[in-house]
Amino acid sequence: MTATVPRLVDQFERGLDAPICLTWELTYACNLACVHCLSSSGKRDPRELSTRQCMDIIDELERMQVFYVNIGGGEPTVRSDFWELVDYATAHHVGVKFSTNGVRITPEVAARLAASDYVDVQISLDGATAEINDAVRGAGSFDMATRALQNLADAGFADAKISVVVTRHNVDQLDDFKSLADRYGATLRITRLRPSGRGADVWDDLHPTAAQQRQLYDWLVAHGENVLTGDSFFHLSGLGEPGALAGLNLCGAGRVVCLIDPVGDVYACPFAIHDKFLAGNMLSDGGFDAVWKTSALFTELRSPQSAGACSGCRHYDACRGGCMAAKFFTGLPMDGPDPECVDGYGLSALAGDREVPRPRVDHSRAVPLTLARPPKKP
Amino acid sequence: MDAGGRWRLHPQVSVRPEPFGALLYHFGTRKLSFLKNRTILTVVESLDEHPDVGSALTAAGVQAGSEGPYLHALGVLAESNMLVEKDIR
Repeated sequence: MTATVPRLVDQFERGLDAPICLTWELTYACNLACVHCLSSSGKRDPRELSTRQCMDIIDELERMQVFYVNIGGGEPTVRSDFWELVDYATAHHVGVKFSTNGVRITPEVAARLAASDYVDVQISLDGATAEINDAVRGAGSFDMATRALQNLADAGFADAKISVVVTRHNVDQLDDFKSLADRYGATLRITRLRPSGRGADVWDDLHPTAAQQRQLYDWLVAHGENVLTGDSFFHLSGLGEPGALAGLNLCGAGRVVCLIDPVGDVYACPFAIHDKFLAGNMLSDGGFDAVWKTSALFTELRSPQSAGACSGCRHYDACRGGCMAAKFFTGLPMDGPDPECVDGYGLSALAGDREVPRPRVDHSRAVPLTLARPPKKP
Repeated sequence: MDAGGRWRLHPQVSVRPEPFGALLYHFGTRKLSFLKNRTILTVVESLDEHPDVGSALTAAGVQAGSEGPYLHALGVLAESNMLVEKDIR
């Protein structure tokens, strides 16, 4: 409004007193085993926060005026106290948007959800057809998700979200996803595939090619008004005019967003479950407010960042070097280009010497090659 | 937005003051908005106490002749349903 006020994006880079929203993975337990799961979920962690501990967190979020939480997992609805926690949050002025594969969205649950103004539901789907979806999310998962969408639509739940991670195999289905969303009276949300969690194992094969990134960008510019993205494609903003891509185009990690995991660990963002991005623990570091305001990691993320190898690039103002989680989990330096850099600097960096970090947190049910400890015997 | 208009915050809107102004979140539309300075925050928060928009602006210290940007900002908030007319229930 006045010339003396810095741009919002600059304000946001310095961080806010509380996150605008945050992601809260309630459990690592999951009925599915998606190959690209960013939290490597499967088995419940025995240290999972209790109902009381979760309610204490909600009380704190209410005091900090965090508007809403994105609840995920794992599959959050498999927690026996899930609906109790949703009710507790909305009663305490913390809105809830939860991500689910649809397993518990029965007609009864859908009717209950339709009666609340403060709960939003996001159904994950990674293919507009069962064939493409189930190859990534597992047999039967397409039917499970579309059944949930049908139940929500039948119950009169307005504007559910269909959440799609864009891959090499489904990027040609963007129009089909949009039609699918329209059919259920839902809104399409598409986000970027990150090499996080088990995603690291499949990223090379699943992430969109350079030509597909251009195709995705053009589609987003044409449809941006009616499609949500969680601002996750800011690394592509250099492909066109500034502002052509809707959203803030800023990495919000530790500045306006963060992640609380099922055991109360606080990470900079949902795609960064690794010691490198661990700010602290809710239980041992004095609560969420203290971690958010005083952790060394978040303080560092809110200080001016070096453009490093990207300084001098004509696109740096647009992409700011891209996504730090994408760089870290592909073994690229943090002050260099994003692996999907629109000028191709990522591709040459990927071709060079690099060491991909081993995951530190893994709750996969099957035993992947990278699992550090053998699964416990019952 | 007309200075004689009678508006107030939508009951489903939550306001969080920030150093730069404030964040507004509408729980019904699930949309986020920004107030870019503290003066407009004072105006928005005091709309309910004043008979019309013009008197809220005056009370917040907005000088005569400088109302333009504030009326524009309030108009944008009204368009996105963050503000509602007082007389409509």
